[in-house]
Amino acid sequence: MVNVSDSKNYKVIGTNPIRHDGYDKVTGRAIYGADVKLPGLIWASIVRSPNAHAVIKNVDTSEAEKIDGVFAVMTGKDLPQQEDQFIDHGEGTENVAWSSENIMATQKVLYKGHAVAAVAAIDRYVADYAASKVKVEYDLLDAVTNVEDATKEGAPILLDSLVGDHLRKKVKNTNVASITRHEFGDPDKAFANAENVVERTFTLQMVHQGYIEPHNATAHWDEEDRIKVWTSTQGAFPVRTSTAAILKLDVSRVKVTPLEIGGGFGGKIPVYLEPVVSILSRKSGRPVKAVMERSSVFQASGPAPGGTITVKMGTDKDANIVAAESSIKLEAGGFPGSAVGAAVQCIFAAYDIPNTRIDGFDIVVNKPKSAAYRAPGSPQAAFATETVSDELARIHGMDPIDFRLQNASKEGTRRADGVVFPKVGNVEVLEAAKKSDHWNSDLGTPAKGRVRGRGVASGYWFNVGLKSTVNLSVNSDGSVVLVEGSSDIGGTRTSISMQAAEILGIEVENFRPSVGDTETAGYADVTGGSRTTYATGFAAVKAAENLIEVLKDRCAIIWSLDKNDIDFEDGTFFASKDPELKFTFKELASNLDNTGGPAASSGSVDLESAGGAFGTHIVDVDVDTETGKTDIARYTVLQDVGTAIYPAYVRGQMAGGAVQGIGWALNEEYYMKDDGTQANVSYLDYRMPTALDLPNIETIIVEVPNPGHPFGVRGVGEVPICPPVGAIGNALHDALGKRFYDSPMKPGRILNVLGKISD
Amino acid sequence: MHPFVYAAPSTVKEAVEILTKHGDKARPMAGGTDLLVQIRGGRFDLDMVVDIKKIPELTSVTNNNDGLVIGSAVACHQLYEDDDISKNYPGLIDAATLIGGIQIQSRSGFGGNLCNATPSADGIGPLIVHSTVANIQGESGTRSIPVEEFCTGPGRNALGKGEMLVSLSIPNKGKGFGAAYERFIPRNEMDIAVAAVASSILVGSNGKISEARIALASVGPTPIFAKKASDFLIGKEANEASFKEAAAIAKSECSPIEDMRGTIEQRQHLVEVITLRTLNKSLERIEG
Amino acid sequence: MSIQKIHVKTTINGRPEEFLTDPYVSLLDALREIVGLTGSKEGCLDGNCGACTVSINGKIVDSCLVLAAEVDGQNLETVEGMATADGLHPLQQAFLEEAALQCGICTPGFLVAAKGLLDNEPDPSEERIRHWLAGNLCRCTGYENIIKAVKKVAENS
Repeated sequence: MVNVSDSKNYKVIGTNPIRHDGYDKVTGRAIYGADVKLPGLIWASIVRSPNAHAVIKNVDTSEAEKIDGVFAVMTGKDLPQQEDQFIDHGEGTENVAWSSENIMATQKVLYKGHAVAAVAAIDRYVADYAASKVKVEYDLLDAVTNVEDATKEGAPILLDSLVGDHLRKKVKNTNVASITRHEFGDPDKAFANAENVVERTFTLQMVHQGYIEPHNATAHWDEEDRIKVWTSTQGAFPVRTSTAAILKLDVSRVKVTPLEIGGGFGGKIPVYLEPVVSILSRKSGRPVKAVMERSSVFQASGPAPGGTITVKMGTDKDANIVAAESSIKLEAGGFPGSAVGAAVQCIFAAYDIPNTRIDGFDIVVNKPKSAAYRAPGSPQAAFATETVSDELARIHGMDPIDFRLQNASKEGTRRADGVVFPKVGNVEVLEAAKKSDHWNSDLGTPAKGRVRGRGVASGYWFNVGLKSTVNLSVNSDGSVVLVEGSSDIGGTRTSISMQAAEILGIEVENFRPSVGDTETAGYADVTGGSRTTYATGFAAVKAAENLIEVLKDRCAIIWSLDKNDIDFEDGTFFASKDPELKFTFKELASNLDNTGGPAASSGSVDLESAGGAFGTHIVDVDVDTETGKTDIARYTVLQDVGTAIYPAYVRGQMAGGAVQGIGWALNEEYYMKDDGTQANVSYLDYRMPTALDLPNIETIIVEVPNPGHPFGVRGVGEVPICPPVGAIGNALHDALGKRFYDSPMKPGRILNVLGKISD
Repeated sequence: MHPFVYAAPSTVKEAVEILTKHGDKARPMAGGTDLLVQIRGGRFDLDMVVDIKKIPELTSVTNNNDGLVIGSAVACHQLYEDDDISKNYPGLIDAATLIGGIQIQSRSGFGGNLCNATPSADGIGPLIVHSTVANIQGESGTRSIPVEEFCTGPGRNALGKGEMLVSLSIPNKGKGFGAAYERFIPRNEMDIAVAAVASSILVGSNGKISEARIALASVGPTPIFAKKASDFLIGKEANEASFKEAAAIAKSECSPIEDMRGTIEQRQHLVEVITLRTLNKSLERIEG
Repeated sequence: MSIQKIHVKTTINGRPEEFLTDPYVSLLDALREIVGLTGSKEGCLDGNCGACTVSINGKIVDSCLVLAAEVDGQNLETVEGMATADGLHPLQQAFLEEAALQCGICTPGFLVAAKGLLDNEPDPSEERIRHWLAGNLCRCTGYENIIKAVKKVAENS
């Protein structure tokens, strides 16, 4: 391995080249999933439940089948019957039986929007019209849409087959899929001896990733029972795994081609449409495409869980945090599997606390099955911890950054769930925050009728490693073709190529990177867990190192020397004993024909862990105390990114994550009606921030290289969504003198906390 | 979505004939920015959409000293891109510049907004406070009604079978007139009002208010002409004290419900806050 | 659904274009599925994301909220018409240089909308740019670099 982690003399790393896919994306040429065109293509439309919880009595598709232009109709019964079976798709496991039932219900619908049938027709309009003619009879059941109602005595049970794991005890007839406990030290004793103890309970609502591109999938089931799938996904290989398992086929019968993807943030890992269009293709003999309508994206894809979190923290007289305890109850949605496991790992990660206890509850409710959303579970956890931390800092009369610094986790700190931190940059980020222009600036004067406050909060995400493969091949003109299997959602083709280019000593513009399908690229787990630039980049480094070895062999042939006498430095191959014998990379590339043909290499990794990372955000808010409206007056994001490979896109991740967090804090939520259905199923009513709702987001990159990566990369994408909710809550407190324990901190809630209205 | 055919008549007479013939199964389309969403959402099962933008008089604006006549298919941008209209009809312009985004303002306008008759319509309150008259044509001829009588319930209006809105007539109140429209939304654009208020006042040289109109949106089944609050202001000094009292009265004239956009109390509170703000802004514009 | 198709004659990116469409088809679907221009993207189909922004007779619109039948005789511009044989439009170049796109799905809509602004107002303030672009949602960038890119073109023009 080339150990370059403390070298700063990079030629490619840290520069901002034009991304390789950029021209296609600014000209409209880039092909996203919905843009796929195939001969004979027809369209699918999904029939969805209008009810939050009901037994399906009958599905009558006869009227739909009669409509001119309809090719095929299916119900959940057309999917193979499944027993419980757990498969791994990289970032977590799924029970295929539940996934199948989630894709199309056969017995019960568990949330509004749950698919019950589908139609394929000549175009989308005919398909939609035919879908509206499918008649479904339901027996309505009471719905529960939050963790408190779902766990009450006598609550309607969602899944008869669910056997809950409650601290290793098997429990039936429950909506609590699991209860876990992580305990360390003696928290009870430490609380008893603490000088100050603050305990608060927080509520959060379900939120959506909000990617602008709706889910889509196209499939063709051919005469050999092979299925070709084209889709916008965070991972072609996991789509293959899931689709094959749901259709009970060998993985080699499914080929998945990932198209350009219009945002995912974790939400485009699960499959929703792929098995459906596959079955419709089998039935119709045609390739079939489906694009989800926006209201279904909200109601039937995988949002992030809301829930209830209690955090209790105690300090000694010197403001050291001596104990912390938490109970985290998150909504899994209609089937088990919320982000509670990750929330447990993150909730106290920013602090060095000797005595901790964390209980996690995974609870099914009548909402769509939750999925990953950018650091799943951590923003919810950080809202709770960072609010309590802020309260304790105030009790001790301390600057909140000083309080965090004094208690900061660092290399060697034992995370509450047992992991011991390697080198991490928590302290460095806090120190940078303390020195930042924003933290040291005056608050200034807001507009008339407004009050201003400043808040700070930290956040953590562990990042993941997992499996990636990169294949390189050299063209005779000195360019390098790079094929990898990690979906590129925001510039990773370039950030991966840059790492190989640095090793090979050539310009990244000489790379021709592409994301391959499951039959041209080597295996890669999902683009998720902030792993792509880290792990697939690591694979690219290995592939480049392997390529150097291959090319040394070729030099040895040309120069009739022993391979051991060939050296490589700065993009040049040379004979160590004869400086006259040398090739630049490009020269060598043009001479490969006589040495056995074009050179190629491969690099693979399976990384147990990644470099966890911390961020701290500083925010100034302006509040109109008459209307409760909050505007962001100034916002600064600081984050340890390890090494910034492609800084413009590192900053983009930092700013973009912060803005999603701002939306989460201020307005975004699933607003549930009394009948258990979501009311706000459009962008209009879901209220994501527009360009007019934001100031410039200032970004400060902190680089504490990750010792586990050749260039020191840590994941970047997820950390920045963790601090905003807490930071904005703390800023609101600074402005208004009132604490907020419920998210979103929307105008009505602010008026209520200010005592201007009572509801 | 039920499949429909598209008609694009070139005269009002022709449009009225089509609408009369098809009854509930046809609807006129101005900008279409609400109608197409409603059709796709299954609210209407139409056989025919009648595009009225190919009728020249419906897309034209006439502006002179007496007032402004807006064809029912005139889009927002046609108003705010005209400096004279912007100066004399500030309440309308407030609304025209905040309905949807720029893309929506290229298509949507006051005629469609009025006919659509949603309780939260941004255009209707400003039309009310600018004393607008709706000009209607049907098989049996034409009639005109004040806009405050146009909406009869959520999504329902005063048009009879085959009738269509042809234009909106808005008097030019001249010197001493100020108007303003504000809505409360949690974001800064692209949103539906939690509560909204349009206000206008005509102030004489003696500093006293001779005409006043206050209209509320998103706080009742239709946009509300707050008559008590408006009448209260007649003869009062145009100042903050009078406005505060009027705002408190306006609050009593709304009848909101609780939904995803806000609670009853929040909306009542906001009506008072925004009424005061729009009255102050109207006065500022007079003194401008 | 046997309804007679409508013959639409229009101009797209400076070239005459004719197509047949069902009367209920949106302009967005006609562009993407009939004409074959898939650069305009579908995000919400209700005029709240701007990913399908095109211009009609110089005015930007959400093409999901226009019927294809309505554009007979009109002049359309889409993202595919921005670059010429001479190269990218300055906004396209600035978007690349300023890293104003991540996933890129909203990019065509932002580009067409931003062009609509600069064609009419060559020197807008940042506030004006943010207001003009409020009808276009981006979920990746936080808008920061998009605003920078538009400002850069305005300042250099």
